[in-house]
Amino acid sequence: MIEIRNVHKTFTRKGQSIEALRGVSLNIAKGDIFGVIGYSGAGKSTLIRLVNYLERPTSGEVFVQGEPLSGYSPAELRQVKKKIGMIFQHFNLLESKTVFDNIAIPLVLLKKSKQEIRERVTELLEFTGLSDKAASYPKELSGGQKQRVGIARALASNPSILLCDEATSALDPQTTKSILELLKRINEAYNITIMIITHEMAVIQQICNKVAVMERGEIIEQGNVLDVFGSPHHPTTQSFVQTVIHNSVPQSVLNTLKAENGRRLFKLKFVGGAASEPIINSLIRRFEVNVNILFANMTEIQQTTLGNMILQMHGENTVIDQAAAFIVSQGVEITEVEA
Amino acid sequence: MFDTVITSEQLFQALRETVVMVGVSLFFGALLGIPIGIVLVITRPGGILENRFIYAVLNPLINIIRSLPFIILLVAIIPFTRLLVHTSIGTSAAIVPLIVYVAPYIARLVENSLLEVSPGILEAAEAMGATTFQVIWHFLLPEAFGSLILTMTTATIGLVGATAMAGTVGGGGIGDLAISYGYQRFDTFVMIVTVVILIIFVQGIQSAGNRLARKARRD
Repeated sequence: MIEIRNVHKTFTRKGQSIEALRGVSLNIAKGDIFGVIGYSGAGKSTLIRLVNYLERPTSGEVFVQGEPLSGYSPAELRQVKKKIGMIFQHFNLLESKTVFDNIAIPLVLLKKSKQEIRERVTELLEFTGLSDKAASYPKELSGGQKQRVGIARALASNPSILLCDEATSALDPQTTKSILELLKRINEAYNITIMIITHEMAVIQQICNKVAVMERGEIIEQGNVLDVFGSPHHPTTQSFVQTVIHNSVPQSVLNTLKAENGRRLFKLKFVGGAASEPIINSLIRRFEVNVNILFANMTEIQQTTLGNMILQMHGENTVIDQAAAFIVSQGVEITEVEA
Repeated sequence: MFDTVITSEQLFQALRETVVMVGVSLFFGALLGIPIGIVLVITRPGGILENRFIYAVLNPLINIIRSLPFIILLVAIIPFTRLLVHTSIGTSAAIVPLIVYVAPYIARLVENSLLEVSPGILEAAEAMGATTFQVIWHFLLPEAFGSLILTMTTATIGLVGATAMAGTVGGGGIGDLAISYGYQRFDTFVMIVTVVILIIFVQGIQSAGNRLARKARRD
């Protein structure tokens, strides 16, 4: 659906050149909700603007539905853009027009008939839950309502791709949740491919199936959300994951553990079915070990549960080894942690 | 109460002349100035139709005309005025320099109004695949509409001031009356009346403009 192939982008301002993207490649399949996460200045905004050619690559190529964007004439490019919706952090609605007229704009640009416009806009108002706001002006709306207008406007021309540029960053957590639910509904109801850039891991966790982590103009890690959340490799990714999954033992607890002998610390990771098995119970019954659960947590990602647990086992070293082997045999990942 | 040499007919004649001069030069000034203002915004560096050449010609040209005080412009372009209206005196002769004076002024004010439109709106327009004309017509102008009304209000008031000097070329109008009777013939009554009329004129234009702009901005 969208392919970005080895793109570099350099901006030159006041004689200084800034490399915003350094050889970025990614592939977004039809129906994906693809999240790009990174701190500000990582190059995510530039990256998402490549897809509708608001930014042109300095080198490399962008393909949308198999076609290289650089091959289009300006007029053809405008037609391509009509099939790519975009929503923004600050909504970018026209203050001078009503909600209805804002949503109608893409259709007006397409020179649709009044009748067609009325039908389509009414349908979108309903879909986004704004039917009673048709005659309101953006000034009279809350942030969440404004973003719904932005979404309805982006969908007006029946796009096959929706780009979300920090679409929830200006919203409170509750509103963010409802906007993300709406995006998910759009993805499922219309089979629209969605690309989201954000600095909030919770956004990725809630709706994305794929994720790419960016730092200094490069993608440092990408894959299925479940895999990246389950085993983040890069330190930046780990710190992002930790914002939604807390899996570290507080330093004060570690300090008290150091003093004791014959106790070993393990990190366990449960994915899917393993999370609902009474593994710890079996462990205690089968082996001569004392088990102390220091930390446990479960997160739902992509309708799959991801469990994290830190436990301490106290007993004979060989028995602890056997116990650890038993845990592995139950399909749970286990790693020993140095206390 | 006052001794005065002018008749009420003369006063109404002067009023009519002022309204005609302001109205006609505002119309043609806007006809020239608004498109030039739009061209300035879209061709400027980073604009939606960036064009270094057009911007580099237009921008200083406007500055040059704007540097001349109206009274100097008025006499300096007399040959041009004669070429256009075949006379260098009278109301129509005054209208030509008034247009030359106000068009660049309007262009600059329009430019400022349009620059106030948030870049985010233009980005949204570009993302929708709007043509340059569509960006101007459906995004830039509606978003700047309230501000443009204030712009035209300011230009109109500027014109009222300039018409007072049009008396120099026999353009007539309220200002002319004030100079030739109130000042040169020490007619205090005319002086007071013309001043009061000018104040009412400017106040009226400003509050009408404010009201329209408020309506457009939905404050």
